[in-house]
This record gives sequence, C-alpha cells and structure tokens, in this order.
Amino acid sequence: MFNRILSGDYPRSRALSALLVLIGVCLALGPFLFPGVRAFSMLGMICVFIIVVASYDLMLGYTHIVSFAHTMFFGIGAYGVAMSTDAFGSGFGAVFIGIGGALVMSVLLSLLLGLLSLRVKAIFFALVTLAVAFAFLSLVTQLYNITGGEDGLAVRSPRELGPAFRPFDSKVPGFSVIDFIAGVFTQGSIGQAFNDAVFEVRVNGRHLMYYITFLISVGVFLFLLRMVNSPFGRVLQAIRENEFRAQALGYRTVFYRTAAVIVSAVLATLAGVLFALINRYVNPENTLNFELMVFILLMCVIGGMGTLYGAVVGTAVFLLAQNYLQDLLGLLVSNAEPGSVFAELVGPDRWLLWFGLLFVLSVYFFPSGIVGQLRLWAERRRERKADKTPAASLKQEQ
Amino acid sequence: MSAHDEMIGQSERPQGVLARFAAFRENKPHIFLLLLMMAVALLMMDPRTWVLLTISGLAMGAMVFLMASGMTLTFGLMNVLNLAHGAFISLGAFAGASVLVWLSSQASEPSLLINLAAILPALGFALVVAGLLGLVFERLVIKPVYGDHLKQILVTVGGSIIIMELIHVVWGPNEIPVPRPEALTGAFLLPEALPVIGGVALEKYRLIAVVLGLAIYGLMTWIIERTRVGILIRAGVESREMVEVQGYRIRLLFLGVFVAGSALAGLGGAMWAMYREIITAHMGDELMISVIVVIILGGLGSIKGCFYGAVLVGLINLYVGYLEPRLAAVATVGLMVGVLMWRPQGLIPVIKV
Repeated sequence: MFNRILSGDYPRSRALSALLVLIGVCLALGPFLFPGVRAFSMLGMICVFIIVVASYDLMLGYTHIVSFAHTMFFGIGAYGVAMSTDAFGSGFGAVFIGIGGALVMSVLLSLLLGLLSLRVKAIFFALVTLAVAFAFLSLVTQLYNITGGEDGLAVRSPRELGPAFRPFDSKVPGFSVIDFIAGVFTQGSIGQAFNDAVFEVRVNGRHLMYYITFLISVGVFLFLLRMVNSPFGRVLQAIRENEFRAQALGYRTVFYRTAAVIVSAVLATLAGVLFALINRYVNPENTLNFELMVFILLMCVIGGMGTLYGAVVGTAVFLLAQNYLQDLLGLLVSNAEPGSVFAELVGPDRWLLWFGLLFVLSVYFFPSGIVGQLRLWAERRRERKADKTPAASLKQEQ
Repeated sequence: MSAHDEMIGQSERPQGVLARFAAFRENKPHIFLLLLMMAVALLMMDPRTWVLLTISGLAMGAMVFLMASGMTLTFGLMNVLNLAHGAFISLGAFAGASVLVWLSSQASEPSLLINLAAILPALGFALVVAGLLGLVFERLVIKPVYGDHLKQILVTVGGSIIIMELIHVVWGPNEIPVPRPEALTGAFLLPEALPVIGGVALEKYRLIAVVLGLAIYGLMTWIIERTRVGILIRAGVESREMVEVQGYRIRLLFLGVFVAGSALAGLGGAMWAMYREIITAHMGDELMISVIVVIILGGLGSIKGCFYGAVLVGLINLYVGYLEPRLAAVATVGLMVGVLMWRPQGLIPVIKV
C-alpha cells in the first residue's frame, strides 16, 4: 500500500524519512502542538508553500525550465478569490467563481508563455517570464480600483472558514511541545512541566481552513509524486537530461514542456487560492513580489531540486528560518557592541544576506540540496555495509 | 547566413513600392519598428509634446543602453546569463551618489568646469567600483559554472541577493537623495522662431545623456568593428573553440568583457541616479526588467540590436507613459511579446539560440 501511495518513490534515507515524518506530524497536529497566532499562521504558510514549491520543482528540478512567473500564477489565484469575494459577497459561490476565473486565466497565460518562448530556447523562458511577471505586478499595482493597488484587498472568506464559526462548543486540549521541553530543562520536574505545557484550543473556522489546506497540500504532493514517476514524468526527465535525444526518440518536447508549465501554473493558482483564504489578506507584496519569487527559488534549491521531498524539507526549513532566524540574529547582535561592522552584518534584518550566501554555497557544494545530500550519505553507508557483508547486500537488492 | 541574405537582397532588387516596403521591413526591422512607433505616436499627440517625449525617450534609451550593453555582451560572448547585473547597476548608483554627496560643494557651484570636478570622479568611481566587483564576481561566482545555464541563473540570483544586502549594510536601508550638479539642472529653450517645435524646453541632463549614450555606442562599435580586441570578441561570439585553437587566451577576454560590462552597468546606474535624483538598493531590480526587454528585443549578443532595443524601450515608455501612465510597464513588455511573435530571435540576431 505504501508503495502505491508514494508511487514507489521512497525517501531512500533514514534521516530523511525521520525528517519527513517529523514535518508531517508537526503539520498534522500543528494547531494542538504549538500555541500562538504566529506559529499557527506559519504552519498554514508551510502547507501553502509546499504546494507552490513542489509545483515549481516540477518545472525547475524535473524539466530544468527556469520560470520567474510562478508568483504571477500564485497571485492570480489569490487575487481571483479576493476580487470575486469582494464583488459577489462572502459565499462559497463567490469563492468558486474566483477559483474558476483564476484557473482559466492561468491556463491561458501559461499556454501563451509556453508557446511564445519554449519553442525558441529554455533560457529565453527565464527572461520572458521575468518581464511578463513584472508587467503583471505593475498592472495589479496600477489598477487600484479593482485590485486595491499597494494596499491590497481583504478577503471576505465564507463564515464557516473564519474565526467566528465554532463547530464544537467545548475546548480541545493542546500540548505545547516547546513549552514542555523548556519546562523540563528549567524546572527539572517532568510532571510540573507537563502540566504547564497543556493549553486549550478553541476550535474555530480557521482551524477548519487550516486542515483543508493541509489535506489539499498532502493530496497535491502525492499527485505530483505520482506524476513525476509516471511515463509523463520520465519524458520530462529525459528532456532535462538531453533534449535533443528525447526529440530524436520521437517525443514532442515542446508539448511536454508546455504541459509541465501549465500543470505547475494551475497548482500554483490553487495554492494562491488557499493562501487568500487562509491569510484573508492579499496585496502585491505577499503574493506577487519579485522577492517572493526568489524565496521560492531558494526553498526549491535548498531542499533539493528534482526531488519532491526537497520541496517539503526546503519549505519547512526556509519558513522556520524566515520567522525565527531573525530572533536568533537579534540575540546575537544584542551581545555585540552596537554600531560595529559585526553588528551590522548579523543584525536581524540581515538574515537574507546569510541565506543568500548559504544558497550560493549550496549550489556549488550540495547541488542536490538537503534531500540529495541525505540520500548520498545513506547511499554511502549502504555501500560500506555492503562491503562488509556481501550476503546482506544481496538480500537487500532482492 | 547573413552574407548570403545580403547577396540575394542585392541581386534581386525588389520592384514596386509594396515589394520594396516589404523588403525594408524584413531587412531593417529595427529601423522599421522605430519609424512606425514614432509615426504612430506623432498621430496621437501634438508635435511639441512629441518632440519633448522623443528627446526624453532617447535619453532614457541611452542610459538603458549603457546598462544593457554589458549584459548582452556577456551573454553573447561568454554564454553567461548574469541576473546579478541589476545589483551592479544599484552599486554603481550608490558609489556615484556617495562621491557626489562628498563633493557636494563642487557640485552646487553654477560653473560647468567646477561641476565636472565632481561629476567625473563620481562617474569614474562608479565605473571602477562596479568593474572591480565584476572582477571578483567573475572569479568567485561565475567561473565555476561556465556552460551551465541553470546553475548560472541560480548563483547569479544568489549573488544579486548578497550584493543588495551588502549595499544595505554599507549605505543603510533607506532611499538616498542624490544632488544633481548645478550645471546639469534646468533646460534649454528652443527659440520661438522655429516652426512647430519653437518654445519647447529641453532638459539639459537628458541632452547630455543622449550625447554620452551615442558616444559610448560609437566607441563600442569602433572597438568591436575596428580593433583587434573587437575581432577576437566577434570571433568568440561566433565560435569559441576556433579562437582558442588560434592560441588566444579566451578566458582573459571573457574576464575583460565581463569587467567592462559590469563597469558600464555601474556607469549607467550612476547616470540614472543623477537622472532620478533618488536611489534605493532595489532600483537595479526594476531597471533589470528594461534591460531584459532590451536584450531580448535586440537579439541576444548584438550591440547594435541592444542600442535600437534600448531606444525603442525608452520611447515606448515615454509615449505610453504620457498617454496612459498606468500602462507604461505593460506596454514595454507588450512590445517585447509582439517582437518575439514576429521574430523569435530578436530584431538583429547575432548568435543562434
């Protein structure tokens, strides 16, 4: 059964499996493990961006198409819902109209982009998408009477998905892991720490929305895993390795590449819809910005291109860093003397500098990202074992 | 290929107005597009505004050309797509601005000569700083990934983040006002006696930008077409291996072109800083869009195409910005999409991509 669910594409590393299970458990039970608004919204963002990054990986990692328009499709989804609830009120009907409109627009635009630039050369695609995404951003910013301009739009999501809706009257107990661990260290008594760590969660519509997002995210991830391990996915990888040869074998590479671009655009649009509903506020900065596009690229590469598990790991690591590395750097800088070069370099606003450095270094030294590196280590360990006990390795292979 | 086309063009001189027009459109698409755009714009506004906008568009085109020429050369010769080019533009702007602020007493004098004592060091400093960073950047960041476009895109995006953040560290995160030297502010008034365009006020700075842009275009064309280095560059664009076989150290040539391209980006950035009179670290990202549109329009690797592309982008920006300010960016990208549909290789393609 496991084989069916994961489409035969296992993590192939014990450390990676453990990491994935950890992330999965944290996301599945998140609202009951981490108290606080900030942690809750971060969990939601991780679920949304797993879809975005995994669909980006379909282009970047599996087909080697570099697109800078992924945020454009993300933004189309988010603005589609925001504008349609703005115009037709906060019912589910309005949400579905928004989704439909956004999907149609995404498919048309991605088809146009694919046909326009993929027939020339893949590298053109990076440049053309960069320019088109910028034009879209400027259009959204300028047409403020329907998009709200720089100020953005508040999303009037259906009542059932908002904080006012309470499915259960009673409160549900939660257990704060962080507080528990901290309590064990500071108080020494496990029982006391356990008591302190228990908190209460009032389940409301936002939790409902979170779990919808979580389930869709899991579903999309498994769908993409199925897709890249299907014959279609194999052709994409063949194009990545040697386009000329794939063509010579009789595959219409332009068709396959355009299809990959469209699928990934549609999924990004879906993620945008979920983002709008879970964040309930949409503006150019949080959906369309060029910086966001670079972040998606970073998540994809740091996690590991061409491995969908990398999207999960990369997203989790990056968003954790984005939210909490600044606190850590702030701690560092409080020890340094103010005004010195060191203080400037490690200031909380400079977290991106360190991430950029990490990114460039990881492209050179770990081109397959966290996931690729873990798999490599696991592979080497297996080889070492195989050298010692050849019989065991034979068994493993069977 | 192109020589073959020219031969056909000469041997079969097209007969009739329509045929000649079609031949002109196909052989000189850049001039055709330029004339078409200017004519359409002339129909939509009164002539005096048109003259003003055309000069301003040329000025903007000249500055964008400075920024774009480096990138198109690095792509054409080295096959390196440097997406950190925008960061070099920002760096040049900040370097030039700090010299101008430092020499602000010279810059605020009304005399042109004293002003030049501030402007030339500012432009020179921008050129040197961006060039030096280009040297370091090529050695550290780009050299390990020659021949791999995907990795080039990734590391140069990463490098661009690092440079932008370093700009924040050195100059702070806020916008910086740039004093424009006194002699360059103000405008010339065309004499009223002239028909149609009499009384139009032309900003001095824009005229100077046009002159400088044309001068650098001329210089680059001269270097590329008349000098030994130019021959090597053109040969390198055509076939890298053949140049290597002849015993030239093409790596050194690459390095030189990359440094020159970065330095030109810095120069363009500094000019843009004086033009806008306010700069942010992210200005490079915004200009990068124009630069990308220009190099795609012109055909990757072509200096001439880059020049005409820059002029086209500058003009359409100003024309559309006047008619409907909200659509200027969309029109720029729309121009690119239109040209790509018409000619997928750009207006004046040099290399096969």
